[in-house]
Amino acid sequence: MTFAMPDLTPALPEIFVLTMACVVLIVDVISNERIWGYVLTLLALLGAAALTLITAEQQTQFTFGGQYIADAMGSVLKLMTYLAAITAVVYSRGYLAGCNLFRGEYFSLALFATLGMMVMISANHFLVLYIGLELLSLSLYAMVALHRDSAQATEAAMKYFVLGALASGLLLYGMSLIYGFTGSLDLDTIRNVVESDRPDRLVLVFGIVFIVAGLGFKLGVAPFHMWVPDIYQGAPTAVTLFIGSAPKLAAFAFAMRLLVNGLHPAVGDWQGMLAVMAAASLAIGNLAAIMQTNLKRMLAYSTISHMGFVLLGMLSGTLAGYTGAMFYAITYVLMSLGTFGIITYVSQGQEVENLDDYRGLNASHPWLAALMAMLMLSMTGLPPFVGFYAKLTILQALIGAGWLWLAVLAVFFSLIGAYYYLRVIKLMYFDSPREVPLSFTPSGEIGGLLSVNGMAVLLLGILPQPLLALCINAMQSSLQ
Amino acid sequence: MESIGLLSLAVWVPILAGVLILATGGDKNAEGQRTLALIGALAGFLVTIPLWTGFNAGTSAMQFQELSNWIPAFNVHYHLGVDGIAMPFILLNSFTTLLVVLAGWEVIKSRVGQYMAAFLIQSGLINGVFCALDGVLFYVFFEAMLIPLYLIIGMWGGPNRVYAAIKFFLYTLLGSLMMLIALIYLFFVSGGSFEILNWHRVPLAMSAQIMLFVAFFFAFAVKVPMWPVHTWLPDAHVEAPTGGSVVLAAITLKVGAYGFLRFILPIVPDAAHHLTGFMVALSLVAVMYIGLVALVQADMKKLIAYSSIAHMGFVTLGFFLFNSLGMEGGLIQMISHGFVSGALFLCVGVMYDRVHSRQIADYGGVANTMPKFAAFFMLFAMANSGLPATSGFIGEFMVVLGAVKVNFWWAAAAATTLIFGAAYTLWMYKRVVFGPVANDHVATMRDINGREFTILLLLAVCVLAMGLYPRPLTEVMHASVNDLLVHVTHSKVPF
Repeated sequence: MTFAMPDLTPALPEIFVLTMACVVLIVDVISNERIWGYVLTLLALLGAAALTLITAEQQTQFTFGGQYIADAMGSVLKLMTYLAAITAVVYSRGYLAGCNLFRGEYFSLALFATLGMMVMISANHFLVLYIGLELLSLSLYAMVALHRDSAQATEAAMKYFVLGALASGLLLYGMSLIYGFTGSLDLDTIRNVVESDRPDRLVLVFGIVFIVAGLGFKLGVAPFHMWVPDIYQGAPTAVTLFIGSAPKLAAFAFAMRLLVNGLHPAVGDWQGMLAVMAAASLAIGNLAAIMQTNLKRMLAYSTISHMGFVLLGMLSGTLAGYTGAMFYAITYVLMSLGTFGIITYVSQGQEVENLDDYRGLNASHPWLAALMAMLMLSMTGLPPFVGFYAKLTILQALIGAGWLWLAVLAVFFSLIGAYYYLRVIKLMYFDSPREVPLSFTPSGEIGGLLSVNGMAVLLLGILPQPLLALCINAMQSSLQ
Repeated sequence: MESIGLLSLAVWVPILAGVLILATGGDKNAEGQRTLALIGALAGFLVTIPLWTGFNAGTSAMQFQELSNWIPAFNVHYHLGVDGIAMPFILLNSFTTLLVVLAGWEVIKSRVGQYMAAFLIQSGLINGVFCALDGVLFYVFFEAMLIPLYLIIGMWGGPNRVYAAIKFFLYTLLGSLMMLIALIYLFFVSGGSFEILNWHRVPLAMSAQIMLFVAFFFAFAVKVPMWPVHTWLPDAHVEAPTGGSVVLAAITLKVGAYGFLRFILPIVPDAAHHLTGFMVALSLVAVMYIGLVALVQADMKKLIAYSSIAHMGFVTLGFFLFNSLGMEGGLIQMISHGFVSGALFLCVGVMYDRVHSRQIADYGGVANTMPKFAAFFMLFAMANSGLPATSGFIGEFMVVLGAVKVNFWWAAAAATTLIFGAAYTLWMYKRVVFGPVANDHVATMRDINGREFTILLLLAVCVLAMGLYPRPLTEVMHASVNDLLVHVTHSKVPF
């Protein structure tokens, strides 16, 4: 038996991030200067971005015997993932220092999680997908529990771990059923077998049900959403910021690889399930968010509804729908980074997470309030903010694919969603300021990046074409 | 052709001025911010004047067009243009903004910059609504204009402002979201185009037309507002600061009526004909029932709000008569109502600034202490009740004449507004202005100062000029209205 060395070039960014994650760990042991971990993490992510740009090619590349894929969709999503991770790490600095978590663990776990996401994005094989997912999930479990003395965070970590393990189990079971049907774990082979329209599809459908359920858990859509609010609220805000951003991109890529790259010929089998999940997510996410008094929890429910929108794009089963879902996922991450970024920024030393804490923010910090207001309006889906185009692409794809009733439903629940986003604006702008002013150390780098983040939501809303074109081209070249 | 078109200037000059004011920071620069706002509003008004002077009234085609790619991914264009229907509203809007900036000069003391900026940005967005010829562009302006108004009501409004602001926002958002679906649907049936003018030519089956009608109806009827989706308006008016009420009554209501002319009538003409009875019935209910509701109001702003609904009922009635008298009457009524209701809200604002009450019962004998003000108020009250020689008369008269041609009883029912309108307006005027001085508050009221005098004088001139010589206005509209009427008579249902 001969061993052919696989071409490592397409996987260079992953190899680099892995190396750097280990370096961060070692440096943390050697040096007492915590800032090194921070700087090295940022350098690692920037380096990975550079490597991804250098190694990216127009043609889709396969390596490791076809188990690993580097295509345009993957490159775009990876670049966005680095961007999100960099932003999250920068935003977290003040918070982490405030609660004494500014240590190497956070950074190395963040890098391992990023590595997991990269593997998920680039996997072309059931097992590789699963390895990526577990690498991400295990890093996130540990990050949630990072605040060792906080009972709330520990509880959240336990819940996350137990439910996450259950979801992984479901997913694996589904994968094994599909393996039984197709005799392969390779997505391309699976696709060919499913396409050949063999009789006895019951096993396949069963497998798809379990895979979709597992995916539902990982995406955090109803009825598998129970963990989302608890984890978002319980985790340290810097970790919530991280969980709420880049992993959504990875989860989207994961769903795309499984359902579209692998199981697209069975689109009729998973479409209906996604429709039900999307509708339920929109309903539960938007209705439950109204009642929340905790901003993090409210945003958790809002996440559920946003993920419902992503599913709406995917279930349309068309190129326009996939593009819309990708665009939606990217813009959602942008908005989520901004909102959680603001919460993280003002929570230094103590959690400023109740809606009431933001009363009268406009009087004391008009620029922060304006940024938050723009992000809230964008999440509502109002023009001229980028969230509007995200919703527009999805609705357009849905109506184009003939799902008019789902479009009407989505619009209806967006209206309900508008209420709680507006309430945040109401608190910041209409109410009198709270008695104890917010106390946090202003930081040029965090404030500056937040401004860029907020302005991006507005500027991409006025000129959405570049990002849209990027998504369209990536999707086209990946799915041709 | 210049590099930047006039319409772009009309849209972006106020918005940029608003952003500039926001950039000057907090209340310590209040004086500078006021000046800057005035300059911005003035510049915004001046750039719209060439639209009037350079307008070619002989054609119904879109003029001052600007077309460039905006979002090629969706085939969305930055396409602006005005016809005789839209152009007067851009002037009205820019003019009103100028007045509103002046009206808030001394009254607004906290967060001056944000107040002025909100109005200027709002003004630019509304201009965008009136000149957008691309569906998505229209929608962007149409929705975005909610945001400043929401903030204006919520930040500077009365005690119940939060309720009013959120109600206003959600109510109008419901309508616009329905329209969004209609826009996307039209995108597909027109073969991938968001051009409103293309949509005017797309053949549509009757069932599709009815569905589109319903979706657009939601969006625009809420804005107009038509009975029974009007309930947000009295709340919003009562709680809004004076400037907010003025803009709301004078401009944003017109956006709804404008939508009927730009979208519903030309895109779904068959459905519009089919549902004429329904629309006329709603309009007449607004005219008569809401007129009676206005009669019993104890709050002046509420009274004017209900009167607005009744007057807008006239507008929609005129549109659905499908003759040029009715439609032009409706348009004249819109412009006139813009001046008159704006003026009335400013009058109430003038009194509110002195006594801090909007209740009719808290006043009486204002004429004794504020004679100049009483004279202006009288003029606007008369215009509101449709006295000949004021602008209020022309529109109502034309609509009634147009209605006689179609159905005598519609005309008779509509004509009751002349009675109800006079009743509620003049009765309110009598109770507030005439009689002996009612209490100490009224006794200490100072007459209007130079700034208030200027504002009211400008409006009075407009009201009288339109009432005495409306021809320049009708001339501008004539070609576009006739073209629209011809267009509406052709069925779009494919055989």
